[in-house]
Amino acid sequence: MRRKPLQTLLLFALVLLVLLFVYLPVAWLVISSISTRAELLSTPIHWIPQNPTLQNYINIFSPGRSTSEVAKTFRITLWNSFVVASSVTAITLVAGSLAAYALIRLRFPFRRSILLGILGTRMIPEISLVIPLYLFASTYRLLNTPGILIITYLSFALPFAIWLMAAFFQTIPIELEDAARIDGCTRLQTLFQIILPISSPGLVSTGLFVFLTAWDEFFFALIFTSTVAAKTVPVAIAEFTGRYVVDVGSMMTGGVLAAIPPVLLSLIFQRYIVSGLTAGAVKG
Amino acid sequence: MRRKLSLSQQDALLGLALIFPSLVIILGISLQPILSTLYLSLFETSRGIEAQRTFVGLGNYANLLTDAVFWVTIGRTLYFTIVSVGLELVLGLAIAQLIHSHPPGWQFLRTSLIIPWAVPTIVNGTMWRWIYNADYGALNGLLYQLGLIDKYIPWLTQPTTAMNLVILADIWHSVPFIALILQAALATLPADLEEAAAVDGANALQRFLFIRLPLLRPAILVALVIRTVEAFRVFDIIYVITNGGPAFGTVTISYLTYLESFSFGHVGRGSALSFLISLFTLIMAFLYIRVLYRPEEQ
Repeated sequence: MRRKPLQTLLLFALVLLVLLFVYLPVAWLVISSISTRAELLSTPIHWIPQNPTLQNYINIFSPGRSTSEVAKTFRITLWNSFVVASSVTAITLVAGSLAAYALIRLRFPFRRSILLGILGTRMIPEISLVIPLYLFASTYRLLNTPGILIITYLSFALPFAIWLMAAFFQTIPIELEDAARIDGCTRLQTLFQIILPISSPGLVSTGLFVFLTAWDEFFFALIFTSTVAAKTVPVAIAEFTGRYVVDVGSMMTGGVLAAIPPVLLSLIFQRYIVSGLTAGAVKG
Repeated sequence: MRRKLSLSQQDALLGLALIFPSLVIILGISLQPILSTLYLSLFETSRGIEAQRTFVGLGNYANLLTDAVFWVTIGRTLYFTIVSVGLELVLGLAIAQLIHSHPPGWQFLRTSLIIPWAVPTIVNGTMWRWIYNADYGALNGLLYQLGLIDKYIPWLTQPTTAMNLVILADIWHSVPFIALILQAALATLPADLEEAAAVDGANALQRFLFIRLPLLRPAILVALVIRTVEAFRVFDIIYVITNGGPAFGTVTISYLTYLESFSFGHVGRGSALSFLISLFTLIMAFLYIRVLYRPEEQ
């Protein structure tokens, strides 16, 4: 069935419309980050900055004396976010893939109840855990440490990783494993030498989702960290709007910098993102 | 006396060993805290998180359920959830269909959709807050230059408008998620059914309603449940765009819980609220699991 030219044109117009909706806000975010303060506060709006400047970026990466406190410490919060997100990713990938394999391929008591229980905990909102976790953190002097964020992020990251890896292991033909067993491999050898290597797409996709979720997390970070020792990027960005004088340029620059790692990772691994969304969502 | 374990016993032991680390973590940081939240919700604590507690039984729940503020907040949260998820589903389905019909540029569009989905929630909120700014915001600037308004409007000073603008920001972030899931599901649908229906004289609308939509149902249902659960507990984006204002006009149930627990020091009441949120979420989770498990049981 060939489409009429007019119909194609109409569909193309719709594509352009959606693209505008996607890109206009992002463009404004980037433009605001390279505009001078004077241009940002001008009416009518300067859509295209006449004197684009990288001063906001310079302020963050090599702060001078006049730089605001949040901008000065922003670099450290980027590092904190990176440490927390990578640690959570590493722990969940190890613990999660072992658990998922056991749940999918091994028969043991309470297997089904454990699987359902894990899926259930994935749904518990952070806010229902935060008060006891706060008391725990303050008793053991863990407030304002990356450690408390790594521990508490496991509460959503681990069930999520088990879920995604379980969906992935289900797609691996069982014959492959039987063949390895006949050749004399033990269960563990089969897991480490056959199953995990061919599961690398699943591991990449799970790792990516966990990293992005941890990078994005705000609520626990807001409650558990208030000093630069452990504060993450989302908290730093929220502070630009809060108690400090509103410095739109730095705020937008912080936003761009915080968005670059997840956006780049998602674009580079887009094949995994779409398959991961389908595995987590559509796959039974 | 030593004896060799049978193969199935070995498997069972190995299974328990492999799951053990995860089980310990989940019991420690999810199950134990949720039970302690339930326990704390039975006490009255009025002076902060580590203050003295008095046992009040279900008193906190009784107070909440007879409090007008609670019901207004629930109503507001439901408004946010239903409007945002409803619009996201319709727009997401429309965009998925658009991509699926392969117009010029569809691959670029599909890639572009990843960007709003990947932008962190807090960045998304900050960006929109700046766009909505009363004095220098891009929304005012654009509408003014297009001649649609004759003076700048302080968008976030009116509760309903503020809530709708928060919803718009949420839509920008979440429509791509639904569109990507649904277009992936569309790509796996068999084409022959629709072709056969076309030969039998079904028009495009009939084919969409009676063939494509039912086949998409599992994907739609799951996207819907995930988004509903997320939307019902919305916090981050409200914290950044409106701070719950104006005049508590965008305070949702999670935001109220946060205020009660960490600003007003009503830890017992906050715990009761957060337990109610969990209860709702668990009902949704039950639905979720049922939806996902059906294919396996067939």
